[in-house]
Amino acid sequence: MGGNTPCASCKLLRRRCAKECIFAPYFPPEDPHKFAIVHKVFGASNVSKMLQDLPVHQRADAVSSLVYEANARMRDPVYGCVGAISYLQHQVSQLQMQLAVAQAEILCFQMQQQDSSSPSMAQKECSHKSSL
Amino acid sequence: MSSSNSVEGSYSKRCAACKHLRRRCAEDCVLAPYFPATHPERFECVHKIFGAGNVARMLKAIPVQERAQAADSLSAEAYWRVQDPVYGSTGIVIQTNQEISSTQCELAKIRAQISMYEAQMATEQQPPPPGLPQQQGSLGSQENMPMFEPNDPFNFLN
Repeated sequence: MGGNTPCASCKLLRRRCAKECIFAPYFPPEDPHKFAIVHKVFGASNVSKMLQDLPVHQRADAVSSLVYEANARMRDPVYGCVGAISYLQHQVSQLQMQLAVAQAEILCFQMQQQDSSSPSMAQKECSHKSSL
Repeated sequence: MSSSNSVEGSYSKRCAACKHLRRRCAEDCVLAPYFPATHPERFECVHKIFGAGNVARMLKAIPVQERAQAADSLSAEAYWRVQDPVYGSTGIVIQTNQEISSTQCELAKIRAQISMYEAQMATEQQPPPPGLPQQQGSLGSQENMPMFEPNDPFNFLN
């Protein structure tokens, strides 16, 4: 941040925004809510330590993920981001079950094609598998 | 110098939080039920990422019956953040979204194959009379699959 405009974090914390302020590149003054939410959940000093421990080229992504998690925690104070992960993992389980059923159907068709000499046996197996 | 056994006793019963913060563990310590002294690393992780004060404040704002789940989810998020300082638990969200996308693709491919097989079977078994539409097979699984819109916070999937 150049000139006299403090970044969102220094504005909120009511301090002078130094030239080398670690927050300034990621918390512009135009979006005060972004820092407010991260500060509320993680605390400014924890965020500062986390960013200091990271190489510069990874800090933007780190801030984005912290903002995402802070928002998730504000929306769901009990489960936060973990709630979203549980929901997604449930989706994965459902999809994997559907995939298993579909793969079984494909096998059935393939068996039918291979076993063209005894179509009655293949049809019986197919109807059995479909009823699973 | 006489040491009070009751004081020593109460000190030895400090929760992980109060032990770490080197303070007396009050009877009504909000952190004590969820950060026992037997698992100091759990509190250290949470303290490193969120800070003891923030955790206590967040737990106090939640009904008592939900605090255990909240403490667990905070511990999990803190653990993931320590493991992955850049993406934390958001990395797991992104990974799981990618898994959903790839599984959906695979499922769509297989269902397309099933449709082809069904069409083939319909053609072989019952050639349609001229002028009438082909009959659809009934073997494809047509249950409503919710097409989950991946939530991609950083647009990593595109």
